[in-house]
Amino acid sequence: MTHPVWEDAVLALRLLRLDPVGLGGIWLRAAVGPPHDRFIRAVGPAVRLTCHMTDEALLGGLDIPSTLANGRPSYAQGLLAKPGCLMLSCAERASRHLAAVLARTLDRCAGHSLIALDEGIDDEAPPAALTDRLAFHLVLDGLSAADCVQSAEDMPESGPTRLAGLQDEALRALTAVSVKLGVTSLRAPMFAARTARAHAALHGRPMAEDQDLETAVRLVLVPRATMVPQEDPAESPPPDDPPPPSDADTRVDKPAEDQLLEAALANLPPDILSRLCSQQRLQRAAGTSAQGALMKGSARGRPLPSRPGRLDGRSRIDLIATLRAAAPWQPLRRGTLPGGPLKLRSSDLHVRRNQSRSDRLLIFAVDASGSAAFNRLAEAKGAVELLLAEAYASRDHVALIAYNKESAELLLPPTRSLVRTKRHLAQLPGGGATPLAAGLKEALHLAATGRRKGFQPALILIADGRANIDLLGQANRANALSDALTTARGNRMLNIPAVVIDMSKRPEAQLSEVAQALDARYAPMPFADAKKLSGVVNAQLT
Amino acid sequence: MTQPFPFAAIVGQDEMKTALVLTAIDPKIGGVLVFGDRGTGKSTAVRALAALLPQIDVVEGCPCNSADLRDCPDWTGITKGKMVKRPTPVVDLPLGATEDRVTGALDIERALTKGEKAFEAGLLARANRGYLYIDEANLLEDHIVDLLLDVAQSGENLVEREGLSIRHPARFVLVGSGNPEEGELRPQLLDRFGLSVEVTSPNDIDQRVEVVRRRDAYETQTAPFLKKWRAADTRLRNKILSARDALPGLTTPDETLRDCAALCIELGADGLRGELTLLKAARAHAAFAGQDRVTRDNLRAVAPSALRHRLRRDPLDEAGSTARVAKVVSDVLA
Repeated sequence: MTHPVWEDAVLALRLLRLDPVGLGGIWLRAAVGPPHDRFIRAVGPAVRLTCHMTDEALLGGLDIPSTLANGRPSYAQGLLAKPGCLMLSCAERASRHLAAVLARTLDRCAGHSLIALDEGIDDEAPPAALTDRLAFHLVLDGLSAADCVQSAEDMPESGPTRLAGLQDEALRALTAVSVKLGVTSLRAPMFAARTARAHAALHGRPMAEDQDLETAVRLVLVPRATMVPQEDPAESPPPDDPPPPSDADTRVDKPAEDQLLEAALANLPPDILSRLCSQQRLQRAAGTSAQGALMKGSARGRPLPSRPGRLDGRSRIDLIATLRAAAPWQPLRRGTLPGGPLKLRSSDLHVRRNQSRSDRLLIFAVDASGSAAFNRLAEAKGAVELLLAEAYASRDHVALIAYNKESAELLLPPTRSLVRTKRHLAQLPGGGATPLAAGLKEALHLAATGRRKGFQPALILIADGRANIDLLGQANRANALSDALTTARGNRMLNIPAVVIDMSKRPEAQLSEVAQALDARYAPMPFADAKKLSGVVNAQLT
Repeated sequence: MTQPFPFAAIVGQDEMKTALVLTAIDPKIGGVLVFGDRGTGKSTAVRALAALLPQIDVVEGCPCNSADLRDCPDWTGITKGKMVKRPTPVVDLPLGATEDRVTGALDIERALTKGEKAFEAGLLARANRGYLYIDEANLLEDHIVDLLLDVAQSGENLVEREGLSIRHPARFVLVGSGNPEEGELRPQLLDRFGLSVEVTSPNDIDQRVEVVRRRDAYETQTAPFLKKWRAADTRLRNKILSARDALPGLTTPDETLRDCAALCIELGADGLRGELTLLKAARAHAAFAGQDRVTRDNLRAVAPSALRHRLRRDPLDEAGSTARVAKVVSDVLA
């Protein structure tokens, strides 16, 4: 049996083949496995790209080795020079720079389309600048080989070459549905319109009909949905200002829109809410992925001794070192190499390297339990915003974790944006018990991930009173403390600088014990406010 | 793509369009920062505007688009050449661009093959007399930002590296775009932009439909679509050109100057740049409207774009800069 998801994947490929420029491409999220492999086979011939390709390789440029060997300039053509299908593997690792280059290639409408193969786990995702330009977002996870029966071989080789037409009201309905699904980008309804037209053409219809529109909604709009459409009967019947089109017109397009919305609703997966959360996380993460990855060899920072290397368009040549490397060989090379007075070989080339300080990531873990939670969280929030406002010069990112009831929650993923911070901190949970161990665990996990992404994490634990929930979520004071201490000791291995701020009315011995286990400084501050907090953080962690 | 989208055919986004037109009338206003969601037509507008402007006269072969043979820097080696017409350049500054590509650097090709020390011009040279467009300006690497600050200030690019000592004019209108959710812009760079606008996806279904409809028509029936909008674009171009001519003769009453100062003081905008930009933008606005003197209406129209990015950030203020500017404008210019 062919799985409907796989059918959609094959359909997306056929549509893309028909209208590669108009549809941009496919974002395929799938772990390596039979479905992944079959999909790649179904794509057919494509130019394979990786995330570490240089500008030179992509856009072309001087071919240094052969230029030096021949003594006259010879150029290499970039992989993006010829129109065609591009396939980017490990797209979740793509840097923003690569995304910008590819986005420009797609925007040129010169016949390129892109298949982004994303093997991301959790919150890894390709940059949004790229995925926004790809019509289809497919997720193949959970499919087995048996689900993917229909494949490339079943695809008809030749198909229609022209797109079908699209009624104006259909366009209107698609746009309206995209708004109802909370899709802000205007590329989405454009892609949906092209999809409907291509789908109609595949089926030999001159104009796109209802089933084409439904397909477009399912393939393009539903995966981008950021909210579940609300049925608001109060608003929809009397439109505030009926647009110019006549009565007959509105009567035609209303049912179309409703019908499409129904189709969209039917296609929203049952776990839509949790998916939305994870999707938003993905979108949020899309901004930060692979950032901070370049530490050594980056273009800024303190210079390091130069190394032999290739001129790949990003590195800078160190002329003196290059000449020094070439100098001893000049007499030997004199007879053998053509060219001017200086005989260089590509092995002589030295490139500059710099080492830059990585960005700091301040992780706030805040106790959100009990009645004082609201105040404490508000102060922590104020401190986060103050730190961020001053942060540009010190290149800080901040993240906020709140722990209460049975677990800890990441309220604000690492960010440098004040705008985003404000939005995420607008609603603060509060009340319940104190799962200190869970809060610590989440914070250390975030710190470890942050370090992998190239940040310098630091942890600020804002606590109040004793731990009373253990890692299993059970109310047990003894276990709660021992779990907290064990988790805290985990930092001995990570060695992340930390400070424990005790906001209890009277300093709490247990917290200074936790601070010791965490190898952190302990600062009792019974009446801390946002300003004091940010002051302490700056003083203790710099 | 050969033919850019017609500027007149861009739906809505009036503030952004006005800001871009104002900089076309008076490039000294100093750039536009467009902050907003993805897919709202930011880059389309920039490209469309450049295509709308008349072609400029440049010395053939000059890498920095010199308008006169005497202006060609020595290192170009151009001593004679004929004048040719070129479209107003719009140069993309990609995010990961190296310093070499931005400022220009030693021409490795000539150095390696001919043993000559020559300068290969960078993006700044190519953007001279045109537009330098930075998508996602807020994600730009710090050292590139520093470099841009310097050049945008002086209008000249100085290269001192690898034994080269080169200078060339680099006067351009800086257009930056970005999404504030992904990172802030450094205050100093923010200040270099004359105007800043915020764009959002239109909430109105009709407007959204119109955007999609026009884009679709542009992509599928390019020639008829362009023909349909040519007249509107030409009208706009003529209006911009006559505004440019009218600009020097425009009267600026003393009370306008006082109003500018009062607005900036009331808002606590740092430095005098705010006042100057506000004045220039208001003058361009008046010229565009065909007036012979600047009025308070012009100030009202341009004050939000000219001032909103110059306010001291108050992280605990929820309302945002736009609301603060609007309030002060209605108070001061009551």
